[in-house]
Amino acid sequence: MSDLNRLTIAEAGAALRKGEVTSLELTDACLAAIEGAGALNAVVHGTPDKAREMARAADARIKSGDATPMTGIPLGIKDVFCVKGVPSQAASRILDGFKPEYESTVTQNLWDAGAVMLGKLNMDEFAMGSANENSCYGRAVNPWKAADGRELTPGGSSGGSAAAVAADLCIAATGTDTGGSIRQPAAFTGTVGMRPTYGRVSRWGVIAYASSLDQAGPMTKTVRDAAIMLGAMASVDEKDSTSADIPVPDFEAALTGDIRGKKIGIPREYRVDGMPAEIDQLWQKGADMLRDAGAEIVDISLPHTKYALPAYYVIAPAEASSNLARYDGVRYGRRAKLGQGDGITEMYEKTRAEGFGPEVQRRIMIGTYVLSAGFYDAYYNRARKVRALIKRDFDEAYAQGIDSILAPATPSAAFPLGAMDQADPVQMYLNDVFTVTLNLAGLPGISVPVGLDKQGLPLGLQLIGRAFEEGELLNQALVLEQAAGFVAKPERWW
Amino acid sequence: MSITENEARKVAHLARIAVEDEALPALARELSGILQFMEQLNEVDVEGVEPMTGVTPMRLKRREDVVTTGGMPGQILSNAPDAREGFFAVPKVVE
Repeated sequence: MSDLNRLTIAEAGAALRKGEVTSLELTDACLAAIEGAGALNAVVHGTPDKAREMARAADARIKSGDATPMTGIPLGIKDVFCVKGVPSQAASRILDGFKPEYESTVTQNLWDAGAVMLGKLNMDEFAMGSANENSCYGRAVNPWKAADGRELTPGGSSGGSAAAVAADLCIAATGTDTGGSIRQPAAFTGTVGMRPTYGRVSRWGVIAYASSLDQAGPMTKTVRDAAIMLGAMASVDEKDSTSADIPVPDFEAALTGDIRGKKIGIPREYRVDGMPAEIDQLWQKGADMLRDAGAEIVDISLPHTKYALPAYYVIAPAEASSNLARYDGVRYGRRAKLGQGDGITEMYEKTRAEGFGPEVQRRIMIGTYVLSAGFYDAYYNRARKVRALIKRDFDEAYAQGIDSILAPATPSAAFPLGAMDQADPVQMYLNDVFTVTLNLAGLPGISVPVGLDKQGLPLGLQLIGRAFEEGELLNQALVLEQAAGFVAKPERWW
Repeated sequence: MSITENEARKVAHLARIAVEDEALPALARELSGILQFMEQLNEVDVEGVEPMTGVTPMRLKRREDVVTTGGMPGQILSNAPDAREGFFAVPKVVE
């Protein structure tokens, strides 16, 4: 078999169990692909020795007949997940040198299932960003290039994960999604990215950004792979008090390909001003595909959509300012060099000034401001009330019998690296306009590649599901994937 | 709502992030821009709406209030920039 690194989880798993290939061969193919892909800057801490050791163990396990669908599958892990003994710094200088003494629940679940760790992947610092340009490792680069040859962003914050999956450096990768950080990079790279329902996947050991919004999920080459990998990532976890006490079903078993009679909502408020015609056409095309498969397409209204982005940019920074208070130069990571006579306050202030990048500093300060005396009600409480209304919009749509909602994933295809350098922060935030709403409501969403734009760059659509109905959502995504028949791959230049 | 340089200095201090005086005007402008974007929230009628804390409809889980782990000072201190004799070390604190 050639090009083993190009396989999907389902294909590789079948080949492994039939004995046609070993995990060590698969792992070596991925390690070689990583070796040749330095230009993408997707893998930031390779763990080749650990990978081979885990692959050998997986091969033994497969031989003994005790394999799970994830056994022997080489994965990339976003740098935000704590992995014992491996640098885990959420792409921040403030966590320089941090090697966790413990393992995140998600990665532990994956290792328990027999998956293989290839290394840590690039991301925006503390998952704050939409272009993977806020990283202490430097920018990650999209394997897709613009027609004029310019390098593009893979999106963010899970930009390294998306680039690694699209360039076949791994079979699949983990991501996290607080405001769109799985779905937007997936859309920018022609891959599948799923954010599960809040509470489906444990947040324990995932370096926190905004705790009421963060959720980890799979980033894969196909919808079927997302179903398989989500099943291995998800668990009921007593270490995370917000982990839902709901058993994890067999998501792959839900992939029947039959969506006849399902009601799929098209929210009119997502038709925003200045939306490129190509995105609008793609959306229409997606609706037609689902209708052709027997679903009923229904116009719906989510009246508070417009306010999701400003509400998010109050709530997420507020939570971040609190979560990131722990980086004080005392317990882990970096401490600034102190001057003569510097006390503990100077230690905090200097450590945080040199440890956090500009966007993280900005969000901490905005969060501090909206939580400070005198502004708490005007900003933070108001945003939380608007959040309640956004959730109510979804509740009412689903109460009318809607099964899922179809919307664009992003307002554009991937943009050139550096294109936003001179933009003000709010312009960058607009990237999240279609994705943040469901984070505020805690709902699952999946981005599926559906077509290419004029320049030949991938575009994605997202389906938003009912809470804890990921199986049904994945099934609808499968139908969309099959109808779209998206098979394009970036031409190798790296 | 626009933020003055003084307010920017205050918020930076509250966040325990050192900001040089020269950087304050730009910081104040940026923060003002972001807050202006948030002003849109004032258009929404939130009369009688309860502020939402979390999306999970269920009650937060509870457990027995007992010690479940511990006895690993070496592991706890292993990542500290400065640890001495089983403690985290910090600059002298004189209040």
